[in-house]
Amino acid sequence: MSATDILNITLMQGFAGLSLFSVLLLIGLGLAVIFGQMGVINMAHGEFMTIGAYTVYVFSKWAESMGVVATNTFLPLAILAAFAIAFVFGWIVEWLLIRHLYRRQLDTLLATWGLSLAMQQMFRSTFGPKEVSPTLPDWLMGSWSPAPGLDIPINGLFVMCLAIVLTGGVLIAMYRSRWGLRVRATVNNRTMANAAGIDTKRTDRLTFAIGCGMAGVAGAAFTTIGSTGPTSGSLYIVDSFLVVTFGGAASLLGTVASAFGIAQTQSISEFFLSGSSARVVTLLTVVLILMARPQGLFASKVRRV
Amino acid sequence: MPFDDQHDASDAASPSDSREMISLRRRKLLLGIAAAPALAAPAFAFGQSMSTAQVNTTKLAVTDTEVTVGQLHSATGTMAISETGSIQAERLAIDQINAAGGVLGRKIKIIQEDGASDWPTFAEKSKKLLENDHVACVFGCWTSASRKAVLPIFERDNGLLYYPTFYEGLEQSKNVFYTGQEATQQILWGLNWASETKKAKSFFLIGSDYIWPRTSNKIARKHIEDHLHLKVVGEEYYPLGQTNFNSLINKIKIAKPDCIYAIIVGGSNVAFYKQLKAAGITADKQFLLTISVTEDEVLGIGGENFAGFYSAMKYFESLDNANNKAFVAAFKAKYGPKSVIGDVTQAAYLGPWLWKAGCEKAGSFDVDKVVAASPGIELKTAPEGYVKIHPNHHLWSRTRIGMAQPDGQFKVVAESPDLIEPNPFPKGYQ
Repeated sequence: MSATDILNITLMQGFAGLSLFSVLLLIGLGLAVIFGQMGVINMAHGEFMTIGAYTVYVFSKWAESMGVVATNTFLPLAILAAFAIAFVFGWIVEWLLIRHLYRRQLDTLLATWGLSLAMQQMFRSTFGPKEVSPTLPDWLMGSWSPAPGLDIPINGLFVMCLAIVLTGGVLIAMYRSRWGLRVRATVNNRTMANAAGIDTKRTDRLTFAIGCGMAGVAGAAFTTIGSTGPTSGSLYIVDSFLVVTFGGAASLLGTVASAFGIAQTQSISEFFLSGSSARVVTLLTVVLILMARPQGLFASKVRRV
Repeated sequence: MPFDDQHDASDAASPSDSREMISLRRRKLLLGIAAAPALAAPAFAFGQSMSTAQVNTTKLAVTDTEVTVGQLHSATGTMAISETGSIQAERLAIDQINAAGGVLGRKIKIIQEDGASDWPTFAEKSKKLLENDHVACVFGCWTSASRKAVLPIFERDNGLLYYPTFYEGLEQSKNVFYTGQEATQQILWGLNWASETKKAKSFFLIGSDYIWPRTSNKIARKHIEDHLHLKVVGEEYYPLGQTNFNSLINKIKIAKPDCIYAIIVGGSNVAFYKQLKAAGITADKQFLLTISVTEDEVLGIGGENFAGFYSAMKYFESLDNANNKAFVAAFKAKYGPKSVIGDVTQAAYLGPWLWKAGCEKAGSFDVDKVVAASPGIELKTAPEGYVKIHPNHHLWSRTRIGMAQPDGQFKVVAESPDLIEPNPFPKGYQ
């Protein structure tokens, strides 16, 4: 193996780690908002991602019937729609189900798990039990080769850009907007926030819906790298909780750091070990670190009631 | 047990009873002939000449006009993705058999149970079908795990199971007929083809981490190293549900194998092929052979992401023969023009026909008699062309290599010249 080969593989392997980092970040962000900020253990998070994936599928079918231009350009629109639809669905779910369970954290676990099963069956009844394949723009599915032997996946770049935009968006919204201020106030001290005139119920609903909408965006992005089927979302649910818990539940920066750490451990150990043992190494590392720091990487400075 | 049953049989055939039965039957026979198409009438008459007491000495759910069978697949849960095709194909076969007069003059009635992708549920439902419903046979299961879960129950209650999936072999039960290929049938000839036609000298084996891919790759490695005297340059397993394959793809790039031999299943399949394409490993640069992608899986992967790769199966929807054209047309008429038919779906379709042939040869629905009569039964109407039941309960069948097309169909590029003998316990491969 020549020196350029080694350089190319190193570069591609580095990109593989970054690409996994963006995937984990995307699946973790929505949950960080819902679980981290509101304390709702949302087991149906994966199914909100599936909503996003199916939205892309429906749009791609529509675009196919409209011709080549539509097929090449529909994706940004589909991603916005994925956010909107998952947002609305989350809003309804919060109103029907979640708001009755805020003081019973373990019950939200059970209720949202039931919700996830119901949603899976809903997808199955609507779209059929078989996996579907959205027709994605050709420019997105190939590789970018800046040098011979060096192939950078374009869909990986795409997921990465989306992850950066979404993370930036959430950080700005959380720390620079009125909504973010209200959310942080509610998380810090619900009673006091209420007394100060913040409509905490409305804040909760909006927060939950935004978290779900972000899951929808993640799901839409994953149609480029993964499967679209009734149970596709459940493939990501373990990883999403892993990322958020490891990062420290109430800290958005913690989520970013934890996604990065887990992705690099996983990706590097996959390269040097076999796939299944890499998983073991990653989970063991996480378990050991959590034993030393049960609150996660970044402890929040919230006084728990 | 057998003595009890015979006692019952002679009871049922006492003179007064049988007179009544005959008159009743004669009436139904006339109705039957009037209703059935001319072709089916002889079969009807043949069936009606046998009293229920004769064809059923083991208290199965058989009446003068009906025989009850069970269907046990996952209609819900993760495996519904795969098992739906089998459910549909078995239904189609049973409808066709009923339209032609049924089995031994009796219409088939189906009791469908849902295994719900959960192995204990499979066991529970099979117990229900055998012990409460007394079904004459069951068409069902898909994963090896579900088959292993129901096997002790079928053996204890002396039930009869027709199992459609290609699988890892290493099993043979009196109570099961395996209508898909076992591992050596699917693997060995395909590897020979890869080495002779595609001149592959080095292989990279990949699989999802559970029994079927691991056993299959073990057989593949033995064959590549000991029989073909070629090289295996890598062997890797990933957990079921793995969604990220970039590191694996880099390892493949380092190993530079002539042939990627892939046995990845489920949603991982989609992720693997999409990421392979995105990493620049496409069919024009790399030869890839798989035994886990049928037309069903391509639906999820997307034809454009899999085009040009090869799959080794016994059946492809595009097979060009009269049996298959009729089968595909009937399937699409019933389930819509967009439905696709994969290898396992076709194997599931064989189940009811093989059972019918077994019952008719045995002149009975009794499990022991059907099992005894089955070896040697030929099915010349099989969509895959021709199959024959081996004494080891698997099928003689051909293996074919299909090259994937962008529209999600396969073009058959090679076919084994002879039927391949099933060999579930291959010597020297374990």
